[in-house]
Amino acid sequence: MALVASGNIALAEMAADPTAVKSDNGKYLDKEGSPTFKVTDDGRVDWYTYSGYRRYHSECHVCHGPDGMGSTYAPALKDSLKSTSYGDFLAVVATGRQNVSSSQDNVMPAFGDNRNVTCYLDDIYVYLRARANDAVGRGRPAKHEDKPPAAQKAEDACTANSQ
Amino acid sequence: MRKVLFATCLVAVTAFAAGAATANEELIKMSQNPKDWVMPTGDYANTRFSKLDQITAANVGKLQVAWTFSTGVLRGHEGGPLIIGNTMYVHAPFPNTVYALDLANDNKILWKYEPKQDPNVIPVMCCDTVNRGVAYGDGKIFLHQADTTLVALDAKTGKVEWTVKNGDPSKGATGTSAPMIIKDKVLIGISGGEFGVQAHMTAYDIKTGKQVWRAYSEGPDDQILVDPVKTTELGKPVGRDSSLKTWQGDQWKIGGGATWGWISYDPGLNLLYYGSGNPSTWNPKQRPGDNKWSMTIWARDPDTGMAKWVYQMTPHDEWDYDGVNEMILSDQQINGAPRKLLTHFDRNGLGYTLDRASGELLVAEKYDPKVNWTSGVDMNKSSPTYGRPKVLDQYSTDKQGEDHNVKGICPAALGSKDEQPAAYSPDTQLFYVPTNHVCMDYEPFKVSYTAGQPYVGATLSMYPPPGETNMGNFIAWDGKTGKIAWSNKEQFSVWSGALATAGGVVFYGTLEGYLKAVDAKTGKELYKFKTPSGIIGNVTTYEQGGKQYVAVLSGVGGWAGIGLAAGLTDPTAGLGAVGGYAALSNYTALGGTLTVFSLPQ
Repeated sequence: MALVASGNIALAEMAADPTAVKSDNGKYLDKEGSPTFKVTDDGRVDWYTYSGYRRYHSECHVCHGPDGMGSTYAPALKDSLKSTSYGDFLAVVATGRQNVSSSQDNVMPAFGDNRNVTCYLDDIYVYLRARANDAVGRGRPAKHEDKPPAAQKAEDACTANSQ
Repeated sequence: MRKVLFATCLVAVTAFAAGAATANEELIKMSQNPKDWVMPTGDYANTRFSKLDQITAANVGKLQVAWTFSTGVLRGHEGGPLIIGNTMYVHAPFPNTVYALDLANDNKILWKYEPKQDPNVIPVMCCDTVNRGVAYGDGKIFLHQADTTLVALDAKTGKVEWTVKNGDPSKGATGTSAPMIIKDKVLIGISGGEFGVQAHMTAYDIKTGKQVWRAYSEGPDDQILVDPVKTTELGKPVGRDSSLKTWQGDQWKIGGGATWGWISYDPGLNLLYYGSGNPSTWNPKQRPGDNKWSMTIWARDPDTGMAKWVYQMTPHDEWDYDGVNEMILSDQQINGAPRKLLTHFDRNGLGYTLDRASGELLVAEKYDPKVNWTSGVDMNKSSPTYGRPKVLDQYSTDKQGEDHNVKGICPAALGSKDEQPAAYSPDTQLFYVPTNHVCMDYEPFKVSYTAGQPYVGATLSMYPPPGETNMGNFIAWDGKTGKIAWSNKEQFSVWSGALATAGGVVFYGTLEGYLKAVDAKTGKELYKFKTPSGIIGNVTTYEQGGKQYVAVLSGVGGWAGIGLAAGLTDPTAGLGAVGGYAALSNYTALGGTLTVFSLPQ
């Protein structure tokens, strides 16, 4: 048990507790104020987890594989997100990342000016955080909360503003 | 297939024959020598058939590994090597290394070419950093680099003779396909269907690299090189603005229709053939109309680029059924009459046979019985919908609309077959087709276009057809009747190009990494050997020092490396089920090796 406990502590130091402590118009936040998922006992997910599932599988899965499982050339985000903070996630998505050496050439592009990604950053983060914490499994979440009016408003503003 | 290819008495052609009048004549002559493999597709007809018959159905079981070669790259290895005389040319994915190996001298490296490319091109390549091989002509080796640089190398030294830029990677255009040499021109397509590229086929002068013509997949008539009167579809002139009329506003400018498949050529008719891919975006609601000429079989004059005929297989695509797969040319009899045929196994799950001179549609049948999005193609010549597939509303992602998840569509976006080329044996008159046996759920939604960024607009998940566990089949197909002659189940999609030989043996690779040999008549498995990594390369054969060899690149990746490496979703598993289908990663890992086989001494 001691080994398991120390493992958990190490993990906890890297990633914040994902428990939702409050809701901001349907967007759930952890105690540090970062977006997080909420899954009820009957398997109903919050809107952002569901929306993130869709956006992930449009923009990200071409490299990172279905359900965040990884591919032959990009890491499995269901694992990476165990140790990636919200801030680091936003930075990597916006500016990209290069890991090029003599033995590998993994490059992630900058998505900072891609509205299909930037307008849904929290959605994708929340979905992947749920995957990393085994709160949602593979495939499409079967039930989800309705789209909050605030989410629609933010989406309209974001997709219109940047045009 | 020209009869001349079957001439039995062949004069051995030396590698760099002097005095050949044009590259085309030289190549036609060289491709008649079965000891060599002089173009990526084996021959102009794209048959991938070899007259070599030392390895037969009776002795292939004794096959052994003769030698191996590591490319030094651990990404998806598509395509295969060229063999010209005593030299083998091996290519690799990004950084697109090319090696010339001396087959007469212990396979020593004669030269190596490795371009310097901006690694920012890597993530612009949808579906891995693959490259489908190099081409030979006029004493040069041609390579289409990831960054769309087309480079001509001296075949003897590897020295760069000229380069030309074929596209702009900052706008999403990349290079993955193999060039084809036709007459005094280098033909090359472009990738970027998921980035809203207005895709094109381009001819460059073989001596200088100067652009001779460029034909776009969509746009005004002078950009797509279509003559409103002389260019026909199904026997009728296409008319003015045949493409523009089928797009809303300026959408054709980001219309996709990528051209990264294989190219075939009939020297007698002087026509080249290729397919164009999916229209951008994957959300059909955002681009009303037939989106011509995406998803189209093109027949063009290689001298001018002008289209003789076109046939759009999937008007207004709703599933990402790219039309880029190879066009295989054969001469067979239909209803007792000899016909010049073109056979094409489309991503949409239909096997088409057309008259390649006129573009007349002769056969359009499902080559996987699970294909369900269409009830078939209208073959009634007097019908207003002649030649169009009848789409079932249930599987129409356009009819169901944005934000609606359409379930159980077969095939998946991977297609019943992707780029992995089929083979044709004139001995059996059968096509040997590597196939995917995968279905999907597809949900389109609205997306914005940003230059150089993915322009997808759909979410999809893939799985084997309900009740089945095999995700692939290797089939034999009769192109005259549109019927499956035999079918072998494979656990994973077959993503390797096939090879048919006069020895009555057909070869292909599997995603687990097996090179397999089967009986051309029955499909019976005669041999298998597990190479170091999964195979998405094409099987090649050649003769050296009186011995027949079979060669294949292994190195798992490509689109197969995305979904399949992670294991596809199991539709029968409930919410929260972890695991899914048996993952490919339980069978193989990354690699980059050429494995060469021969019979024991």
